[in-house]
Amino acid sequence: MKIVVCLKQTFDTEAKIQLDPSGKISNENVQYIINPYDEFAVEEALRIKERLGQGEVVAVSIGGAKTEEALRQALAMGADRAVLLQDAAFEGGDWHTAAVILAQAIRGMEFDLILGGQVAIDDGAAQVTTRLAEILDLPQVNVVTKLDVDGRKVVAQREGDGATEVVEVALPAVITAQKGLNEPRYPTLKGIMQAKKKELKILGMADLGLDPTSVGSAGARTRVQSYALPPARKEGKIIGGELPGTAAELVRLLREEAKVI
Amino acid sequence: MLSFQLSREQEALRALARDFAKKEVRPVAAHYDRTGEVPWPVIRKAWEVGLLNIQVPEEFGGGGQGVLASCLMAEELAAGCAGISASIMINDLACYPIVAAGTPEQKERWLRPVCRDMRMACFCVTEPGVGSDVASMDTTARREGDCYILNGTKHFISNASIADYFVVFASTGRGLGHRGITAFVVERDAPGLTIGKKEDKMGQRAADTAAVMLEDVPVPVHNRLGEEGEGFKLIMGTFDRSRPGVAAAAVGVAREAMEQAVQYARTRKQFGAPIINHQAIMFMLADMQKDIDAARLLAWRAAWLADRGERNSREAAMAKAFAADTAMRVTTEAVQIFGGYGYSREYPVEKLMRDAKLLQIYEGTSQIQRLLIGKTLL
Repeated sequence: MKIVVCLKQTFDTEAKIQLDPSGKISNENVQYIINPYDEFAVEEALRIKERLGQGEVVAVSIGGAKTEEALRQALAMGADRAVLLQDAAFEGGDWHTAAVILAQAIRGMEFDLILGGQVAIDDGAAQVTTRLAEILDLPQVNVVTKLDVDGRKVVAQREGDGATEVVEVALPAVITAQKGLNEPRYPTLKGIMQAKKKELKILGMADLGLDPTSVGSAGARTRVQSYALPPARKEGKIIGGELPGTAAELVRLLREEAKVI
Repeated sequence: MLSFQLSREQEALRALARDFAKKEVRPVAAHYDRTGEVPWPVIRKAWEVGLLNIQVPEEFGGGGQGVLASCLMAEELAAGCAGISASIMINDLACYPIVAAGTPEQKERWLRPVCRDMRMACFCVTEPGVGSDVASMDTTARREGDCYILNGTKHFISNASIADYFVVFASTGRGLGHRGITAFVVERDAPGLTIGKKEDKMGQRAADTAAVMLEDVPVPVHNRLGEEGEGFKLIMGTFDRSRPGVAAAAVGVAREAMEQAVQYARTRKQFGAPIINHQAIMFMLADMQKDIDAARLLAWRAAWLADRGERNSREAAMAKAFAADTAMRVTTEAVQIFGGYGYSREYPVEKLMRDAKLLQIYEGTSQIQRLLIGKTLL
């Protein structure tokens, strides 16, 4: 079983989001992690390989030199090799161009299964893997909490409102991971040292044979106009005094100020 | 050439330790502080991911890392809990004399099970009457045929209650002072070895501390590390490698206190403004930040020298004293910034202050470090 895992490097969940003077999101003093949902995908790929006792797990990401850290972490967790898609021409792209780049890279690989996270915690778009499946014309099952490989097909579970959906799909297919699918392992110290010797290939425009008009700002279908931080939340109000006066005051405020009752 | 650039592997180890501290250490820190129980589940997980015995050579199953790597880990773990961090770091401290002076057969005998089977080791120097003045050791080892007979009491020994192997320093030549000290490995089931009751400590309560009593304990000659009289050199060599790590742990404790204080000062309002905007508080925080960074640099330099195989006794002493004193001052001021809340056990900063105090005492007090530094100036 050959498994490709698409992952994105994102800000740490605890990072403080700030804008720089030019109005873009500042990356000053920010720690980076593998997008947690993509980490579930890496873990699931490793578990499938371990269960089957054979196979290959390839981690793929788009980004700059910094993104190597995220791929190295996937290698330290146990992935066999990694591919970093890096080119100055990729800058200014969007979810569509990301999917175009990934599709082009993955087309050149042998694979049975493509895994990714259901959403990235930074932009929360949940677009790239879905678009990737469409471009590659593969079936996809998203927001999966349980996955079983059975020969040339997989059985995936999705949690809905009060119900569980069980989807069977033939391989090759694209699956996106939801929280609950598994508990990712730590990259062990031994894994970190072994990752040093594993292959991390860097591919750019020329290697991929991409058309410059299909990527970066030229290929993007969306454009960011501006960024704004959410307005500061107003301070809460504590109603002092004794019952039943406080209850009456609460009802009055809910009705007249908050206008929720 | 000067570079503060960590290697890719060192960055990855630091990220692993930070993640481990966040998920496995910090959430249980208050529990172990309250109960004083041995944090076995955390120690086991640390062993599973390879954070236990990171300085033991790879050929015996250890992490094969140097002192700087150990510092990176210590800072992150201690930011989560200094007591749990100490419990994890003690194995490397205790194993170092075996790594440095053990024969291949001795290394196989003790380092292998330490790494493979999660056996614990402890380092026994301190005695009821012997703290800073190591050379005046009262524990004796008397040669009798193929054995040494050990007698004496070791005090305040970290991980004593849970250790399988005791690296014990004893005098084989009374009157020879530091030239009469010899190192031995005593196994837990040795007849005559008993463990005292666990100390009820002020801070770092997750770290086990107890006395080790030796009463006519027969120790085979092949358990002696190095030659007779080489013990003092081994103790000092061990401290040169462990003190940068203690300094880094102090940086972790101080950093955690500062981060807590900054967060609190941003939200706490007095006189119509967050208190971080009041210069009195802002300057306290600024001093914390600068001293923490200075302490980290001293620790890294001392570690870097050790990893290059250069002498670092003075630099290790400077790092250890400065970082421990910084941790004490920073945690005290963090409590001050929190005010009444800081003194309450409901908030985490009072624990950091209690934990910090021990950093100024163990592995050579802040005063002994100054003595070491001062002697190089005479």
